[in-house]
Amino acid sequence: MSQGCAAPAQTAHLPATVDLGNEAVIQGTVLRGGDPVSGAYARLLDASGEFTAEVVTSEEGIFRFFAADGDWTVRVLAPGGVSVDSAVTAKTGEIAGVEVAI
Amino acid sequence: MSRSDVLVDAAWVEANLDAPGVVLVEVDEDVSAYDKGHIRGAVKIDWQTELQDPVRRDFVDRVGFEQLLSRKGIANDDTVILYGGNNNWFAAYAYWYFKLYGHENVKLLDGGRKKWELDSRELVVDVPSRPETNYQAKEQDLAIRAFRDEVVDAIGSKGLIDVRSPDEFTGKLLAPAHLPQEQAQRAGHVPTARSIPWSKAANDDGTFKSDEDLRKLYTEAGVDLNKPIIAYCRIGERSSHTWFALRELLGLPDVKNYDGSWTEYGSLVGVPIELGEPK
Repeated sequence: MSQGCAAPAQTAHLPATVDLGNEAVIQGTVLRGGDPVSGAYARLLDASGEFTAEVVTSEEGIFRFFAADGDWTVRVLAPGGVSVDSAVTAKTGEIAGVEVAI
Repeated sequence: MSRSDVLVDAAWVEANLDAPGVVLVEVDEDVSAYDKGHIRGAVKIDWQTELQDPVRRDFVDRVGFEQLLSRKGIANDDTVILYGGNNNWFAAYAYWYFKLYGHENVKLLDGGRKKWELDSRELVVDVPSRPETNYQAKEQDLAIRAFRDEVVDAIGSKGLIDVRSPDEFTGKLLAPAHLPQEQAQRAGHVPTARSIPWSKAANDDGTFKSDEDLRKLYTEAGVDLNKPIIAYCRIGERSSHTWFALRELLGLPDVKNYDGSWTEYGSLVGVPIELGEPK
C-alpha cells in the first residue's frame, strides 16, 4: 500500500505533493521559554471536543494538520503532566498558524 | 481472560526488561522513532516494509511471517510485548497479526510509546542482537478477519463499528487530519455502522479505558455486544485498536477486523454508502 496512517514529516514547509488550494492546514510550533520543543504530542480536537488526529512535534517543534473549514482545538501534551489547549479556525487554501507556549 | 493476560503497564515492562522469554517489539510506520530511541532490548518491526506484501495489497503470508519472526529472534514460546507510536495503532495491528498467525503469548504495553515518553522513562539507541529462531506460524485464523463481502452482508444484521474520526464518518474528511486529503475513494460510511472513534476507547495518554467504561461506550452508541461485530477504519490499524478493546479486553467471542477498511470499501463499485450523521 502506498500510504499508511502515520503522519508525514512535520516540516516547516508543506510537502511538495500537497496542493494548499485543497487543504485547510493548521500548523504551529511548541515553545518552552522561546525554544522549540521536539517530541511533544499535538492532538487535534474537533468543534465538539472529539479527538481527530495526533502528531509528534519535529526537531523544530513543529506540528501540522490537514483539517477542514471550521473551529478546532490543538491540545499539546508533554512530560511532566503538561496539557495546553489552543483554539484555532481553519480555512481551505490557508495555513492557520498556532504558537503554543508550555 | 483478564486484562493482565493481554495488557501490561510500563512498570511491568521495566521490571521485566531482562526476563528470559520476554521479547519487546516496537512497531511503527515511521521507523525513525525506533532509531532515535526505544525501550532497552526492543527489536523493531516496520509495519510498512515488513508486515505488508510488497506487491499486492495484503499481509505477509504465513511463510513470510515465519521468516520475519525467525529473523527477529522471536520463538514460538516467547512472550511478546508489543508497543509503538500513534497510540499503539500499529502495535495493535501487529498484535492482531500475531493472533491471526496463532502466536500464543502476546500482549500490548498499555499507552505504548507515548505513555512511556510522557512518563520520561528511559529510551536507548543500542540495537539488540538476538539469535535467529525457527519460528512456525499457524494458518490464518479467519475468525478474526473480515473480508469485503462479509461487510456488505453485515449491513443491518451484524454490528458494524466505524472507528474513524466523526468527520471521516460523515464524509467531511477522507483521511485522518494529519494526512493530506486527496484520495481516490468515495467519502462516507457503511450503512448501519455506528460511529465510535477508536480514540474514545483510550485516555489522552494512550492507555485503554476501564472495562466498565468500554462496555458503556459501545452499548450507549447502540452496539449489541451479544451479536457478531466487525470493526473498520481507513486501512485497518485504528480498527485493530478497537478490535483489541472488544475481543481481548472485553472478551467478546465474535469480533472481526476488516483490514480492507475504507480504502477498499470506498473504492468498490456499486456497494451502498451513507453520508452524514449515523441513522
